[in-house]
Amino acid sequence: MDRLLTRVLRVDLTKKRSWVEERPDLFWERLGGTGAGIELLHELCPTGADPVGPENPVILAVGLLSSLYPLASKTVALFKSPHTGNLGESHCGGRTAFALRLAGYGAVVIDGRSDLPVYLAVHGGKVQFRDARTLWGMASSVTVGRILRDTEPGSGYRTILRIGRAGERGVTYAAVIAETYRHFGRLGLGAVLGSKNLKAIVVSGKGALPVAEVGRYQGLYRKLHERAVRSDLMKKYHNLGTAQNVAPLNEIGALPVKNLQATRYPGEPAFSGEKLAAGYLGRRLACAGCPVACIHLAALREPHPEEPYFYKTTFVSYDHEPLYALGAMLGVEDAPGVLKLIDAVGHVGLDAMTAGVVLAWATEAFAQGLIAETETGGLRPRWGDVAVYREMIRRIADRTTDFYRVLGEGVRAAAERYGGEEFALHFGGNEMPGYHTGPGALLTYLSGARHSHLDSAGYALDQEALRQGTELAPEALARRLVAEEARRQVLSSLVVCFFARGLYDLGTVRECLGALGMERDETTLARLGEEVLRRKHAFKVREGFDLGKISIPERALATPAPGGAVDEAYLRRALGEMNRWLEGRYELEGQD
Amino acid sequence: MAKRLAVVDVERCVDCLLCAQACARRFGEGGCARSAIAVRSTGGMERGFVVVVCRACADPPCLHACPVGAIEKAPVGVKVRLERCIGCKACVAACAIGAVQWDEEGGKPVICVHCGLCARFCPYGVLALEEVDGG
Repeated sequence: MDRLLTRVLRVDLTKKRSWVEERPDLFWERLGGTGAGIELLHELCPTGADPVGPENPVILAVGLLSSLYPLASKTVALFKSPHTGNLGESHCGGRTAFALRLAGYGAVVIDGRSDLPVYLAVHGGKVQFRDARTLWGMASSVTVGRILRDTEPGSGYRTILRIGRAGERGVTYAAVIAETYRHFGRLGLGAVLGSKNLKAIVVSGKGALPVAEVGRYQGLYRKLHERAVRSDLMKKYHNLGTAQNVAPLNEIGALPVKNLQATRYPGEPAFSGEKLAAGYLGRRLACAGCPVACIHLAALREPHPEEPYFYKTTFVSYDHEPLYALGAMLGVEDAPGVLKLIDAVGHVGLDAMTAGVVLAWATEAFAQGLIAETETGGLRPRWGDVAVYREMIRRIADRTTDFYRVLGEGVRAAAERYGGEEFALHFGGNEMPGYHTGPGALLTYLSGARHSHLDSAGYALDQEALRQGTELAPEALARRLVAEEARRQVLSSLVVCFFARGLYDLGTVRECLGALGMERDETTLARLGEEVLRRKHAFKVREGFDLGKISIPERALATPAPGGAVDEAYLRRALGEMNRWLEGRYELEGQD
Repeated sequence: MAKRLAVVDVERCVDCLLCAQACARRFGEGGCARSAIAVRSTGGMERGFVVVVCRACADPPCLHACPVGAIEKAPVGVKVRLERCIGCKACVAACAIGAVQWDEEGGKPVICVHCGLCARFCPYGVLALEEVDGG
C-alpha cells in the first residue's frame, strides 16, 4: 500500500512555512479526492470565512486510484467559492494528479496570504517559496507557463498551475490553468490564489507506488485498459473530442444560443466538432494516465495586420463548453471567431463558461438599454462581434471600471446592479452550462453540489426521456439524479475522470481497491458516495445556501427545451424531493 | 529473432504516459521511479513530444563508461548488473540521448531491456518492437 498517499502537505503562505500531516483517515476511509477534500474544508475553513481572505484554504487532492489505473487522471480542488459564496469544487486533468501523487502527497492544503507575490515549487519532498514579483501582472498566463517551464526542473514529470491577471485582480470566476490547456475553471479558484498572492504552483515527482497484490493489479490494469481503448468513449472523445456534442445538441434544439433566446443555429454551427476537426485540428493530447486523449487543439493561423506573409499560429484548446459559451451564447458565426475568444480568456485566466454567459447577458442588457456606452466605455456589444468581446474580456480581467468590476462578479451581481434578472442565466450564482435539454439538466444546475452539468448529468436523463418518449414524475427524476450524483462522489474521491463512469461501476472499483489491499464492498462504496454528497451539501448550508429558496432564471423556463417549456412547479417539486434526501429524511431504494 | 524497441511515429504521441507507467509495472509497482522510458514536451505541448528510450546501440557508450563493468552487452541493448553498480552515474553522462534513466531511491541506472511492454500499452502506435538488422 502506498503510505505516501496519506501525507497532506500543509503550506502556510503567511509564515512561508510548510509541513506534512499524516491523515490516513482521509484516504483509507474517504478514498481521497472529494471525500477527503470536503472533510478538510469543513475542518479548516471557518464558518463565514471571507473567500478571498487568508483563512480560506485551497485544497488539492488526489485519491487511491490516481496514477495507478487508466483514466484516474483528475485532481479535485476544494475551497470556499468567491463566486457563489459557498462550496467551491473544481476538477482538472493534465499532469497535476500524476505529479502530486508521484511527489508523495495525497493532498496539498494552502492557506494564509503571502506579503509579496510568490509561487510554490514542490519537487518531491522539497518545498520552496519563490519570488513571483516579476511574473505578477504579466499580460498572458501562457508566458508565465513558458517561463516556469524553463526555470523549474522536472520536465516530463511535473504540473505547472498558474493564474492570469483575472486571478490576480480578483475576478470571482478566475480560473487556474494547468499545462496551458487544462483548467480548474469554475467557481473562482484563480481568485482565491490571487488573493493569497500565489501566482503559480509547480509540482514534480517520479516516485514509485507500491501495490499489494501485483499479479491481480497487473491483470486488472490490462483488462481496464483494453476495455477503455475498445470503448465507444474512446472513439467518440478521441476523434472529435467533447466538441462532438455541438452538432447533435444544435440538431435537437438544446444548444443555448444568444443568451438562450434560441436553442439552435439554422444549420450546423461553424464550430461543430466535425468542422473544427476538418479545418483546424492541430494536435490531440491526453491527461497523464489516460488513453483517450480527448484534448483537442486547434491551430489558428492569423495573418499579421501589417506585415505581409507573416502569420501567427496559435494553438487553442477547444471543448464543448467553451464553444457553447463563447460561441453559441454570443451568436458567433465563424470558427476563428470563437477560437480567438477561447484564446483570449485563457491568456487572462477567466473561466470560459462564465465569461461567455456574462458577455451574453451584457449584450442583451445593452440591446435593451439597461446599460449604455457610458458603462461599457464606448463599446457596443452585439451578437457575433468578436472584436468587441475580445476587448471586453480584457477589461473584465483588468477590472478597469466599476461596470467591468461588476461584470467580473458574474451575471447575478450584474443583474442586481443593472436589472435584467429574467435573462441572467445563473443557478445558485454559477453561470449556465451548455445543455438546454429539459428538466433534468435544469435540476442538475439548480441542485448539484457545484451547480455544474457534471454533478448529476440531468442532460443525459433528458436525452434518454426524449428518445423513449417518456416523462418521469418529478420525485422519480429527483431520486435518479441524487443517486447519480452520489455515485459520482465515489469516482471524484478515487479520483477517476467522469468520462470513465461506464468503465468504473462499483464492482470494478471494489476490484481495483482489492488489488491495492483494501476490501470495500459495493454497499459500503455506495453509502460513502451518499455521505460525501451530504457533507458537501452541509458545507453549503453552513455557508447560507438554501435549496428551497434558489431562484430559477425566467429565461430558462420561457425558452422551450426539446421536450417543451419546463414547468416551474415540476422543478420545485423535484427540488423539494432532493432537499429531503440531502437533509437525510429518507434513503434511496435498494441501497439500504 | 532479437527485437528492439523503436519510436516509430512520435507525431502521434499524446503524452498519456501509459508507456512509462507500463514500464514501472514490470516491477509490480505504479509510478515512474524505475521507468526506462520518458516523455517530455519539445517546449510546449502544442509542439509535440520527445520519447526518450534506449536505442540499443551496436557499440554502447554507457557500457564503455562504466568503471566497474556493471553494464554488459545483451542480445539487444545492454544488461545492468545492479550488484556491481556503484551508482556513479558515468553511464548517464555517456548516453548522448539521455536514455539512461536514474532510480533516485535505489541510486541505480534504469536502462530499457527492449521487452516491448510499453508498446503493448501505447494506444497510438508511437512505439513498436522491430527486428534488429545486423546488430
